[in-house]
Amino acid sequence: MIDRHIQAFIIEANELLTDLENSLLSLEEDTTNNELIGKIFRALHTIKGSGGMFGFDEIAMFLHDIETVYDYVRNGEMPVTKELIDLTLKAKDQIALMLEEHDGVKRTDDDLGKKIIMTFKSYVSELKKEKTEAPADVKIEHAVPGDIQRTYKVTFQPDKEIFMSGTNPIKLIEELKTLGELTYSVKTSEIPPLDTIQPELCYAGFNIIINSHSQLDDIKDVFIFVEDRCTLNIEILDETGHITNANLALISEKIDGNQELNADTINKIIKEDKQLKANNGTARHLDDKSKDEHLSSLRVSAEKLDYLVNLVSELVIVQARLSQTVTKLNNTDLYTISEEVERLTWELRDSALNIRMLPIGTTFSKFKRLVRDLSAELGKEVELTTEGAETELDKTVIERLNDPLVHIIRNSIDHGVESPDIRTKNNKPRVGNIQLSAEQSGGYVLVRIKDDGKGIDKDAVREKAISLGLISPDVELKDSELFALIFHPGFSTAKKVTNVSGRGVGMDVVRQAIETLRGNVEVDSKPGEGTVITLKLPLTLAIIDGLLVKIGSDMFVLPLSIVEECIEISKEKLNDLHGRNIIDVRGEIIPFIKLREKFDITEDSPDIQQIVIAGVKNQRLGFMVDSVVGQHQTVLKNLGKAFKDVEGISGATILGDGNVALIIDINKMAEIEEADNLKL
Amino acid sequence: MAKKIMTVDDSASVRQMVCFTLQEAGYDVVEASDGADALAKLQSNPVNMIITDLNMPVMDGITLIRNVRAGNISKFVPIIMLTTESQDTKKIEGKNAGATGWIVKPFKPEQLLAVVKKVL
Repeated sequence: MIDRHIQAFIIEANELLTDLENSLLSLEEDTTNNELIGKIFRALHTIKGSGGMFGFDEIAMFLHDIETVYDYVRNGEMPVTKELIDLTLKAKDQIALMLEEHDGVKRTDDDLGKKIIMTFKSYVSELKKEKTEAPADVKIEHAVPGDIQRTYKVTFQPDKEIFMSGTNPIKLIEELKTLGELTYSVKTSEIPPLDTIQPELCYAGFNIIINSHSQLDDIKDVFIFVEDRCTLNIEILDETGHITNANLALISEKIDGNQELNADTINKIIKEDKQLKANNGTARHLDDKSKDEHLSSLRVSAEKLDYLVNLVSELVIVQARLSQTVTKLNNTDLYTISEEVERLTWELRDSALNIRMLPIGTTFSKFKRLVRDLSAELGKEVELTTEGAETELDKTVIERLNDPLVHIIRNSIDHGVESPDIRTKNNKPRVGNIQLSAEQSGGYVLVRIKDDGKGIDKDAVREKAISLGLISPDVELKDSELFALIFHPGFSTAKKVTNVSGRGVGMDVVRQAIETLRGNVEVDSKPGEGTVITLKLPLTLAIIDGLLVKIGSDMFVLPLSIVEECIEISKEKLNDLHGRNIIDVRGEIIPFIKLREKFDITEDSPDIQQIVIAGVKNQRLGFMVDSVVGQHQTVLKNLGKAFKDVEGISGATILGDGNVALIIDINKMAEIEEADNLKL
Repeated sequence: MAKKIMTVDDSASVRQMVCFTLQEAGYDVVEASDGADALAKLQSNPVNMIITDLNMPVMDGITLIRNVRAGNISKFVPIIMLTTESQDTKKIEGKNAGATGWIVKPFKPEQLLAVVKKVL
């Protein structure tokens, strides 16, 4: 304790003692003056309280019973007598001396002190009619960490009014976190409907499972301030340590807060998980044998599945019509049924599409061999690592992904990864690495092929592009635009043509194949560090998320996957452009296509039109339409033989009202536009 | 921004000790000498937490807690009361009035900080 605090206390205590003396003397003349009694009590109380804090434990102990006596006096349970005042005055003198003793010189008379205390004690015991308590001694119990880890279950339901005590229940959970690893779920069953919620009340409850080395009492101590403001139940679930921290994460996934949690439920969850893991393990090991084993799966021909998906697609269309009709009729009963049908339809659609999903890992495993053979052939050392093999994709997508992936991996080994000698010279590990990874992101799967080779030579790409006449020598290109050039037909920077790659067909084929799957390809590369090629693929081919737009009285669908934003453009602004189809979006100049002109729609255009901006081949391109209707679950239908060569249209879909909307092939449209511009 | 804590105590030395401890730990501290003083200061100077003594002249701690909880300013802030062990009844009274927690006097700076961290 800092000395100046003690000095401050001594000065203050002396002032209080003087006050105390004056009050006592006044009280002698006016023994029923409650104000004076209150003042005396407070003075004693403060000296006692602060005394203990600043190291004057003796004073605190000395005052303990005196304070108790005056508490009785204050409550009218003991009369003020001359005897009491005399004794208190003596005590006051004693305290003053004890304060001075801070310098270490003994001044007090111990016998007198004892006598005073004993008298006060006798008052107390007389009043209490029971044994006097021991003077308050200060015990600070420190949490002794136990040796073993226990799993506790804490059920904590704060009273609704708990906020009125300034308590934040979340703080308590945070404090629990300091004691060990925990998981919790929130009990939401008590939360009333939104319109009856009172924001000042707490409705949530918490089920907490914590793994901790602390004792039960330490856990209880966390809730010490709220124990009478909540329903709290703490029990030990397990002392054997078999509920691991990893299990906690699992438990939190499996339960919701309204579920009763007990040792049985938890053991069941852990057991099930173990079984599942074991099963997966065996499934993998017994891949070849598994055909004979009775596994809960069966083989269905792909045609049957396709037929099912087709039917579901039709159902989605009919359902959209139903919703639209119901909205028109404005019948509440029918509306409820329609909503239910809608929900079921979506579920049916998702599960039907899901049946067609396969883990991409089946394709990945093929490439191990490819990499091994190719690297041997080229005198390189390359290892293939895969990640996200469990990511699922539509069967058709996976099948059509095979060839592009072969091309890309060949390119990486041939052009990307350096020979072992060069790698060693450049302080890189001798063995090159190609990483094949897949992850789901929204309605898409991103497949990445990443190598740690020398990267794409930007200057070489540039030179080649200039020599092929793709760009003019003075044009400045962003990296992404420059890399996009490698997808041009006949583009290869390889100086010599190998067996493996370098004929400039690979990347062109890759892009085409991916675009047929309504996906796109992106390239990123850093000199000396390697190249990443990202394929963005839709999860499924049959149904897409589309953006429904309107031009005149016709509807069109743009694939939502590549739509980036929509902006408005007024007639005046359009006139200011003087026929040039470019627009300034936050400083970026973006070209746009007037779909109205493309489709020869002659109806008058509205005053304010919309430009839908899409990301096409690492660039942004706008499509001008009359208005944006909204998102639309689009079931793809092809246009049939007669129209199969129409460019820029990838198909059509039937809308809820029975009308047909054309689906625009944005990539193709951009290509046509580019070609047209070049002609000019 | 540093969190602001109000210490209410008629004993200047306790206030000083609380004040010093909290400031060392990086909190802003507002001092008040009794309940009435505290209420007046809260009007113009809302705080994130209040640490109050119970026995004080003019307005005691319990009344202060009741007033804070009934008012609009700092209505939901944590309030810690400083009690002595002889005052178990006071502790219950304080809790009923809406105190968040308590610290038993005498206490050490680290105990004070532990409680502040617990509720704030």
